[in-house]
Amino acid sequence: MTPAAEAASRLPASRVVGGVRHLYVHLPFCAHRCGYCDFVTAVGRREEHRGYVDALLAELDRERRVLAGPLETVFVGGGTPTFTEPEALTRTLDALPPAAEVTVEANPETVTPALAFLLRDQRVSRVSLGAQSFRPHLLGVLERVAGPDDVRRSVHTLRDAGFDNISLDLIYGVPGQSAADLEADLADALALEPEHLSCYELEAKPGTRFTHAHGEELARQAEAMEGYAERVVETLTGAGYRWYETANFCRSDGGRDLRAQHNLAIWRGADYLGIGVGAVSTLGGERRRNRPSVARYVAALADGDAPPREVEHLDAATRAVERLMLGLRLDEPFTVGAAGVEDVVDADALERLTLAGLVDRVGDGVRLTPRGRMLGGAVTAELLA
Amino acid sequence: MDQSRIRNFSIIAHIDHGKSTLADRILQLTETVSEREMRDQMLDSMELERERGITIKAQAVRVQWKGHELNLIDTPGHVDFTYEVSRSLQACEGAVLVVDAAQGIEAQTLANAYLAIENDLEIVPVVNKIDLPSADPDGAAAEVSELLGGSPEGVVRISAKTGVNVDQVLDAIVERIPAPKGEPDAPPRALVFDSSYDQYRGVIAFVRVVDGRLPTGSPLHAMAMGTDFDAEELGFMAPQRVPVDALEAGEVGYVVTGLKDVSRLRVGDTLTTRRGGARAPLPGYKEVKPMVFAGLFPTDSDDYPELRDALEKLKLNDAALFYEPETSQALGFGFRCGFLGLLHMEIVRERLEREFDLDLLVTAPNVAYSVKEKNGDWVEVHNPADMPRDPEEVQEPYVRAQVIVPKDYVGAVMELCTERRGRFDHMEYLSETRVLLTYELPLGEIVYDFYDQLKSRTRGYASFDYDIAGFRDGELARVDVLVGGEQVDALSLIAHRDAAYERGKLLVERLREEIPRQMFDVPIQAAIGSRVIARETVKAKRKDVLAKCYGGDISRKRKLLEKQKKGKKRMKQVGGVEVPQEAFLAVLNLDGEKKK
Repeated sequence: MTPAAEAASRLPASRVVGGVRHLYVHLPFCAHRCGYCDFVTAVGRREEHRGYVDALLAELDRERRVLAGPLETVFVGGGTPTFTEPEALTRTLDALPPAAEVTVEANPETVTPALAFLLRDQRVSRVSLGAQSFRPHLLGVLERVAGPDDVRRSVHTLRDAGFDNISLDLIYGVPGQSAADLEADLADALALEPEHLSCYELEAKPGTRFTHAHGEELARQAEAMEGYAERVVETLTGAGYRWYETANFCRSDGGRDLRAQHNLAIWRGADYLGIGVGAVSTLGGERRRNRPSVARYVAALADGDAPPREVEHLDAATRAVERLMLGLRLDEPFTVGAAGVEDVVDADALERLTLAGLVDRVGDGVRLTPRGRMLGGAVTAELLA
Repeated sequence: MDQSRIRNFSIIAHIDHGKSTLADRILQLTETVSEREMRDQMLDSMELERERGITIKAQAVRVQWKGHELNLIDTPGHVDFTYEVSRSLQACEGAVLVVDAAQGIEAQTLANAYLAIENDLEIVPVVNKIDLPSADPDGAAAEVSELLGGSPEGVVRISAKTGVNVDQVLDAIVERIPAPKGEPDAPPRALVFDSSYDQYRGVIAFVRVVDGRLPTGSPLHAMAMGTDFDAEELGFMAPQRVPVDALEAGEVGYVVTGLKDVSRLRVGDTLTTRRGGARAPLPGYKEVKPMVFAGLFPTDSDDYPELRDALEKLKLNDAALFYEPETSQALGFGFRCGFLGLLHMEIVRERLEREFDLDLLVTAPNVAYSVKEKNGDWVEVHNPADMPRDPEEVQEPYVRAQVIVPKDYVGAVMELCTERRGRFDHMEYLSETRVLLTYELPLGEIVYDFYDQLKSRTRGYASFDYDIAGFRDGELARVDVLVGGEQVDALSLIAHRDAAYERGKLLVERLREEIPRQMFDVPIQAAIGSRVIARETVKAKRKDVLAKCYGGDISRKRKLLEKQKKGKKRMKQVGGVEVPQEAFLAVLNLDGEKKK
């Protein structure tokens, strides 16, 4: 994080300031909504893409003043950004301010040579592919459109277009997934030599169609799947990947920092601007969350208004709790003595957790041990004063 | 009223044999309550009594019948409230014994009849529910007359529900029950057989005037407690309070004492006048001794003073309730309470929760133990945690239990009683199909889960009653529970040596289910002394972290974290292990749960 961004993130509540160096852009459209998904998405509606992008760019214009001149990162997420009509997608990417890292999320089935070149031409430096699994039966449970070969082909297509920073998303803990399935998924992913891997345990969120259909089975399998997170970490670190965040791994070759810079900034507590439906911004003492309705979003911006959104005020203590919560997810030491953070940390608990082998002291910072990271939620809750 | 025209009586019956319905019909038939005012279970004023269809507290109501003044003193039917019954009976000259025409004599019928006979009461036997299709009035009448030694013709056959022959019951009361025989001109003596607390008027005493006359406004003296007060108001219940100028010898009524301190007047005391008062009190009641004990703890420790006040108020009209402060490392500040039995315990708990709006944790009940110390002294122990690890000798209370059961279930009942260390006493056929079994059983076995087992093994057909038979030597062991290597005082229990292993095993198994997984392995052990008899482990969590956390998730994740933090604050720390209060509750209610 730059000194300026770091300073900005420490400012007191209710002040939105300029100089923000991280931008998130939400393109909500998808070919199909997967059962487990709880992102803001809109299925189909190809005819709406152009109008949505008009609104998105209008919002970018309105908010441009909070952004610093050169940005560090831009992240285009969804939905399936690459499902967006090529013309609308091109206009979006074209309008984005330049940044050192520009990531676009893509689903394998959308990755054609034409798309790959479109992204390249638009200075996209990093592609995050929603692979999720290489097992057909698990992809079926997850209701993914792409098959295993689509994933492989999409990686090759991107490589052919010159992409040298590709991330794969994998999901584990899928109903019906055996330990062997997990091993095979990891091996298949590693065979593609991605620069970065995000591995998430499937979260069956209450109220989703998925939980309705698979909740009971997941509960039954909970015990068997308990060790999956450990298997993921062992396998990937064994293959030379750095476990730099709870669910994220990167190759550590040739001096390149292959961590996801956009997310890394957020985990370090930087401010970020989010535009698009459902997008969240954290700007000093304010967190804004745009409402999820595409129609209302488009209408508001067409009328020259700000998009409908809710605002949450974050006081210094709340931001300190968040910085602790996020900072402890990383493999780099977190400075508990920093202004503000000190007040929310229970020194006795820190001592206890250190003795219990869950926390390591590194200079004036702390870092969770591997086991501490597996129990990160409980450890963080324990650490809070 | 001339004493010769007064009749004081109780109605005694097994639960559900129609005591309250008969009382309701009597109130209607004597026009004490108008049709408009009538509601079911008129005399059961507590919400709890109506709901459960039982009478807990004695109530006295005066009715007029053919020129006579009849005082009906309602009594509880359940075994736990035998002391209430005997109290009420002491204020009476007679009792109406109600038996269900379809069920016949039950265990409580026997217990109550014996009590009435012990108190020299004239018994008017009544067979109720003759309108039921399954009724066998002749069979029931034969059983009753066999029991009481009269002729079946003397048994009044009624339907309290429809009112058939209820007038014959009233006539029989007037004809057969003797009038009171006190001294109208002697210094006054009135027996306090019950009391209640009115927040505006203070303590209200229910009395039976034995000798003399108590006029309103007279300065009174409670002879046992030495408390002085003025009779602010005297009167009788009909069933609401009706003030009168004076209560005369032989009459039953109430006295508004104005006393605000509930501990200053005890049930069983004798009231007299301060001037020209009686020299000697009436024979009081035998002190009732609680035999079942449990810890009561407020869920919220801030409620401790409220719990203390509530117990004090309940104690006023529940002489059998015993309590003393108890501190538990696991559950905080509370009270060790003594009860007459399990129903008494449940009633007290429910009254505390309903009438005083308290949230309570109740530990598993245990009985009183008598322990011989090294110096040869015998002490009574009410809490397993206070039991010495290696006592010289221990005695436990035994009961004489009577079980009435259809003959097909005799084997099942005998098997159960034997399993529960029972000693067979005798067996008797009440009729061709029904058998009375008498056993001596340790009370500790009964408070464990005897009722449930009896019910399930006899398909609910058994009826059961008991009275305390005294203390006997017991081969008992104290089982301690250790969580994370530390003893949890509230979970200690005392069991017979042969059963200790099973009980300890059950307890640690249940705890393993209830204690959430922690960041480290948590051993749960049951031990007798230093010998571990059962062990379970709550395996450490392997993973407790939310996989995904990006810019859009932060608020939600923070809230989840704060919730997790808050949840931890509600946990009790035992040996460095966070134990949710619910875990204690679930374990402590192990027996209670099964009962429902």
